[in-house]
Amino acid sequence: MQVNENKEFRPRIVAFCCNWCSYVGADLAGSSRMEYPADVKIIRVPCSCRVNPMFILRAFERGADGVILCGCHPGDCHYSTGNYYARRRMTMLFSMLDYLGIEKERTRVEWVSAAEGAKFAATMNEFIDTVKNLGENRKLRDLRCKE
Amino acid sequence: MQRIVDKINELFANGTVDRVLGWKVGEFSYDRTPYVFTKEGGLDGFAYDSFCANNLSKYLIAESRKEGKVLVLLKPCDTYSYNQLVAENRIKTENVYTVSIPCKGKVDVEKLKAMGMTGITDIVENGEELTVTTLYGDEKVNRCDVLCEKCLACQKTAKECDEAIEGEAYEKPHKDRFATVEELEAMSPEERFAFWRKELSKCIRCNACRNVCPACSYIKCVFDNDNSGIASKANTDEFQENMFHIIRAFHVAGRCTDCGECSRVCPQGIPLHLLNRKFIKEINELYGEYQAGDNTESRGPLTSFTKEDCEPSIVYEKGGK
Repeated sequence: MQVNENKEFRPRIVAFCCNWCSYVGADLAGSSRMEYPADVKIIRVPCSCRVNPMFILRAFERGADGVILCGCHPGDCHYSTGNYYARRRMTMLFSMLDYLGIEKERTRVEWVSAAEGAKFAATMNEFIDTVKNLGENRKLRDLRCKE
Repeated sequence: MQRIVDKINELFANGTVDRVLGWKVGEFSYDRTPYVFTKEGGLDGFAYDSFCANNLSKYLIAESRKEGKVLVLLKPCDTYSYNQLVAENRIKTENVYTVSIPCKGKVDVEKLKAMGMTGITDIVENGEELTVTTLYGDEKVNRCDVLCEKCLACQKTAKECDEAIEGEAYEKPHKDRFATVEELEAMSPEERFAFWRKELSKCIRCNACRNVCPACSYIKCVFDNDNSGIASKANTDEFQENMFHIIRAFHVAGRCTDCGECSRVCPQGIPLHLLNRKFIKEINELYGEYQAGDNTESRGPLTSFTKEDCEPSIVYEKGGK
């Protein structure tokens, strides 16, 4: 592996976005020409509740430096209650990661509605800054997946 | 023990039950193996003493589906696991006859070995004292010094069963079950990471923790499916060690009754109960006190919600330094 000292560290972010709110919010951010770095890789999921804790861990394994989950605001879920379950589940997962000594700031949940393109862009910029300060993800990774 | 044997013989005689799920003396004098005794076979080798630590409730998933009625002996902590499995519709209750039995904490033979006793040939229990016969001479230890980790913090009392056999009064050791969890939480993330690396890197992926856990008995679990390629896979790196244990703990979060079997069976001595207790502690703090297996009706905290639940960002505010 070649290390370029001058190269700025660009974190890789995986964003799980729910099909009904956040993915549309991301679309709006794009069509409104708001800027957020291309390092955010969006994965569309039917509902924030679809995201299994395993998905988050897998993303870290395959080289993500930060994982963010975006869904509809509580109460606005397309499937009525999905994000309420996701909320409890993610709270538990994050506290477990923290308990194992993995930087909790690498994971985040944010509620973004279809009309909040600006919030989506702002959230992503903020999250990337946080992860950039933390540096590369070393604690939860599979060495074979790093180039 | 005699009262348990009498009760079983009585129930055999009047035809209430056909089989008994209990413990049998195993290969070593301190080995107790779960065993199904039949009416015809009798109670040869049956034992109930300080070494019967196995939680028998999990075996009922298969046993209750067989013909005839099976009697099961449940220690106070096992009655919680039993309730939890009934709540999840895993046990056919009409085929089960539950008998709660007294428990004074179980002895952890690994602790004896850690005290330097090797070549143990026999252990005799005499009240609060254990006489350990080894190849190198006899030693005496206090029973309360070598109790299983799970028994030190046990405050459980038996839930309702078909029949209850009462024991003599026993004062349980008072160890706060969240004490170690709190100690860990007070550490810095780096220290915590080092602690868990030290522990989890010992994992040989024997899957014993999964196989013994009453909550881990999902019918389609990848560990019961040879084609999944996961059951026989070893951990290849740090990530997989972490992942296996995070996911294992997560699958039982909200359903774990804190029976402590996972830590007891771990051949590497990994304190797995600390992962489960972290979840129990978080659930108690964030979503209200909850004891899995307390009854057979309530919904688990991770399969229910309230509109006023805290946001996941609460983790940034609390948790450690």
